[in-house]
Amino acid sequence: MSRDVEDLNRRLLRARDAMDRAYAEPLNVRAVASVAHISEAHFIRSFRAAFGETPHRYLQRRRVERSMFLLRETDRSITDICFDVGFMSLGTFSRTFREIVGETPSDYRAANGPVMAPNCIWMAATRPRAASSVATRSSSFGEADAPAAP
Amino acid sequence: MITKLNVATIFVLDKDEALDFYVNKLGLEKGQDVKQGSYRWVTVRVPGNNGTEISLEQPGSPLHDDATAAQLRELIAKGAMSSVVFSTDDVRGLYETLQARGVTDFTQEPIEHFYGTDMGLRDPFGNAIRILQQGKVAQKVTA
Repeated sequence: MSRDVEDLNRRLLRARDAMDRAYAEPLNVRAVASVAHISEAHFIRSFRAAFGETPHRYLQRRRVERSMFLLRETDRSITDICFDVGFMSLGTFSRTFREIVGETPSDYRAANGPVMAPNCIWMAATRPRAASSVATRSSSFGEADAPAAP
Repeated sequence: MITKLNVATIFVLDKDEALDFYVNKLGLEKGQDVKQGSYRWVTVRVPGNNGTEISLEQPGSPLHDDATAAQLRELIAKGAMSSVVFSTDDVRGLYETLQARGVTDFTQEPIEHFYGTDMGLRDPFGNAIRILQQGKVAQKVTA
């Protein structure tokens, strides 16, 4: 039993790494689940059990974290940053950013400057926690299309 | 006064598989390999460095009871346990070398930052490894 969990965890981790690596691309749950070699429904359910949030929520927080980094460290426009980190529309980006961070991208940029520490530390440590009210379903990622957990 | 970090530990799922990865793939050298009863103490280290030994520990008897070992193994597999950072003088060359040796589990190809260029990968069990080629620290990053 435990060996099965280890094997599943290792494959879920590989899928999570794929999201961390390819957050800027238009990912969907089918593609990410295929990295773990399991069905979409099983992937969403077991990912949540292993990591405490759905794959889509994980990806949203990675994208928002990377956008926070670019807002702090660069002069790129908010529209450019939105597409840089993999959001498909400015409206979704702004709403998601506000829901997760609690302020608008421009307010965040105005209040925060560059931070001097290794990138891997910030990737891990500054990824925002999401409020419990944040929506976890999205049409572009496709979690909403997956069969519901039994 | 403490003068050196002598031994650090990475938890692995199999010591032989770990040795193969850390020595034959990553390019470290084997340090200690001592057996006492059923327990095998095995370490790896950066070659020629006289530096820190990395002890490869496997969850289980006699260090852990079965339930604890099972928990640890599941945590290792989801990347929630050990991580280490190595230094190199040629991160891009090493990236190509590792690929040639069959390493596929990269979490990040070499990327430049204000502090240098680094890459990320995982060992066969899920532990995070970062390798940094230190660079000049820029005063301020502007696009």
